[in-house]
Amino acid sequence: MSFFTRKKSALVWAVHLSVLLLVAVWLFPTLGLFVSSFRTSDQISTSGWWSALSTQTRQVPAIRVAGDEKEVNGRFIITGELFPDTDAKITAWGTSSRDPAAYKPDEVAELRSGATLTVSPTGGYTLDGPESFEGQRLPRIFSTATSPPEFTLENYRNVLFSSTAASGVGQSFINTLTVAIPATIIPILIAAFAAYALAWMNFPGRALLVAAVVGLLVVPLQLALIPLLQLHNAVGIGKGYLGVWLAHTGFGLPLAIYLLRNYIVGLPRDIIESARVDGATDFEIFVKIVLPLSFPALASFAIFQFLWTWNDLLVALVFLGTDDDTLVLTGRLVNLLGSRGGDWEILATSAFVSIAVPLVVFFALQRYLVRGLLAGSVKGG
Amino acid sequence: MAGLALKQIRKSYGPVDVIHGVDLDIDEGEFIVFVGPSGCGKSTLLRMIAGLETISGGELHIDGQLVNDIPPSMRGIAMVFQSYALYPHMTVFDNMAFGMRIAKADAAEIKRRVGEAAEILQLEPYLDRLPKALSGGQRQRVAIGRAIVRNPKVFLFDEPLSNLDAALRVATRIEIAKLHESMPSSTMIYVTHDQVEAMTLADRIVVLSAGNIEQVGSPLGLYDNPRNLFVAQFIGSPAMNIVPAKIVKTGTKTTIELPDGGKVVAPIKSGSALEGSNASFGIRPEDLSIVDGDKKPVLQGQVSLVESLGEVTMIYVDIEGRDEPLVAKLAGTHMFERGSTIKLTAEPEKMHVFDSEGISLQHL
Ligand SMILES: Nc1ncnc2c1ncn2[C@@H]1O[C@H](COP(=O)(O)OP(=O)(O)O)[C@@H](O)[C@H]1O
Ligand SMILES: [Mg+2]
Repeated sequence: MSFFTRKKSALVWAVHLSVLLLVAVWLFPTLGLFVSSFRTSDQISTSGWWSALSTQTRQVPAIRVAGDEKEVNGRFIITGELFPDTDAKITAWGTSSRDPAAYKPDEVAELRSGATLTVSPTGGYTLDGPESFEGQRLPRIFSTATSPPEFTLENYRNVLFSSTAASGVGQSFINTLTVAIPATIIPILIAAFAAYALAWMNFPGRALLVAAVVGLLVVPLQLALIPLLQLHNAVGIGKGYLGVWLAHTGFGLPLAIYLLRNYIVGLPRDIIESARVDGATDFEIFVKIVLPLSFPALASFAIFQFLWTWNDLLVALVFLGTDDDTLVLTGRLVNLLGSRGGDWEILATSAFVSIAVPLVVFFALQRYLVRGLLAGSVKGG
Repeated sequence: MAGLALKQIRKSYGPVDVIHGVDLDIDEGEFIVFVGPSGCGKSTLLRMIAGLETISGGELHIDGQLVNDIPPSMRGIAMVFQSYALYPHMTVFDNMAFGMRIAKADAAEIKRRVGEAAEILQLEPYLDRLPKALSGGQRQRVAIGRAIVRNPKVFLFDEPLSNLDAALRVATRIEIAKLHESMPSSTMIYVTHDQVEAMTLADRIVVLSAGNIEQVGSPLGLYDNPRNLFVAQFIGSPAMNIVPAKIVKTGTKTTIELPDGGKVVAPIKSGSALEGSNASFGIRPEDLSIVDGDKKPVLQGQVSLVESLGEVTMIYVDIEGRDEPLVAKLAGTHMFERGSTIKLTAEPEKMHVFDSEGISLQHL
């Protein structure tokens, strides 16, 4: 007895651990992308996303003293700021690359020809000398600075709205939505009707149709791309949203019909017959009984179809083309990898924009993946 | 007259015949129960009456109208399913109103009719609940309420109590009986394999076996006067004891010889052609009693088991000619040693004799 319980708890542990592992494998890259998309390119290049929340100490590249010189009481003074835009704090500074941390903030460094240089903790510096600095090479300041965590929405502004930098991610986002939403809804509508007919209506050839649907499940879509495009051109649809919707609908229908039919055929026969005795027509049974009860199946297929059309590149490239005003998000990401390959903040932000919608869709519909709607209708329940 | 007439009704699934030509007339307001062992075709017959199953042959008339090709909703019937078949996503009210809404009835009228049905079945507190928040008995009442709201000429019940526990089954059975009393003009057809339900509810019982009607009659009629061996053994619990026998004398009374050589005279008329033929002697366990004094016993054998239930004692007796022990149900408590000889007798009017085909001599 105790053997079994121990064995069972070991199994439970194994399940929990692997779930934890999967969650980690999924969560960390996503989180990394998310955090990186709010950082500046400087921050990304000097530290990893996991240190984004902590104060960072870094060696700042040398900054040459610059500014207008003022004469005060016979001495010539130049003042300025090392970090005019950020609130970094200096922990040490120096004037030569050999010893970049020679001085503490507010310490005075003696330079050649009697000049002195001080740097305050906030990065303000004062160069003070007996002679004019006119024509001289001004000293460089090496500093070690700590900067507080800092996040910016600049990347998103850039990626989504600016017409220059990451040109057109925003436009592509809308294009992808324009493709994915109808390409999800149309096949579900058609498939639900077909699934009801194949499950509950008697007509000759029904079994054959079901077999054909199963057969179509295994046809690779690459096979149909060219003929289908030719067909679209021949009937005058050409390249455009209508063509993509039709293509996605066609490619999605076999799986949709198959999944929904299997679900609908499993609905209790008595419920449907009871509705028939109550006088409902097939259409009324479908709309008032079958559709509401099939919601979990509809939702789970909707998730799959939406993710597939959202992430699709091939079908969109073939049927929609690569024009700037119709390019989908996946296509845009490919372009960005080429043209902005080094700009990690742009890539991370674009990537996060492209996964944000699938995430929202999944979390909004995931509770329908749990099949719980039938409770109470038939015995036991 | 809202009666039903079944004329040579047949059903076959492909080459398999399931119902072999059923003839039955049902009067308006009658409570008819179809009983029979599992798989005999009760549900199929009921579903043909409902219109959920096509009729392969014969004619079905409801209220004088031929309805073979009329859809379920136009037949004036309502059906209560064994599994309740409630619409799980609708409240109790919506479940009961569904049929009327489909028929585009007036909202106030729907409310009134559902309210009435809910009142009859004491469902008023639950009208806003979903089926999953109801107990089994309540769900079955909702299913019955849904039928009442349709105001049908004929109620059809397919084993409506078999998913309920024993106590609820009795309570719901009584409720159905009351319902029938309160709606004297509604015909009810009720399918069950439970003969207690059949005996207590029915005006007339239809005993089915393998797609044929074995006998139609009032509960007590079937009990007292079964037409054949099948009905004799199906009605009554424990089942009637059957002992193989031989007819030795015919006439206004029939004399039969039992395997142990004993002779029994039953007050049943028989034709002389039967003399010498094989027959079966039937006697119900509750009609057997212990011989007092030294009167001649009808049956005797060795006690193999005694079950004392308090109000009755069941005695299992090994007798000649039967592999299984014969059962006697005696009122009160009786003590017998296992293996001791017991002598049993019965009133002559309670005896049944069946010919070699299994037909009761009273029905020949
Ligand atoms: N769709 C069907 N196809 C073939 N045979 C069926 C079908 N439905 C029922 N049957 C057969 O018909 C017979 C009667 O079934 P049914 O009416 O359900 O019996 P019951 O008396 O238990 O309600 C059974 O032997 C069953 O196997
Ligand atoms: Mg049945």
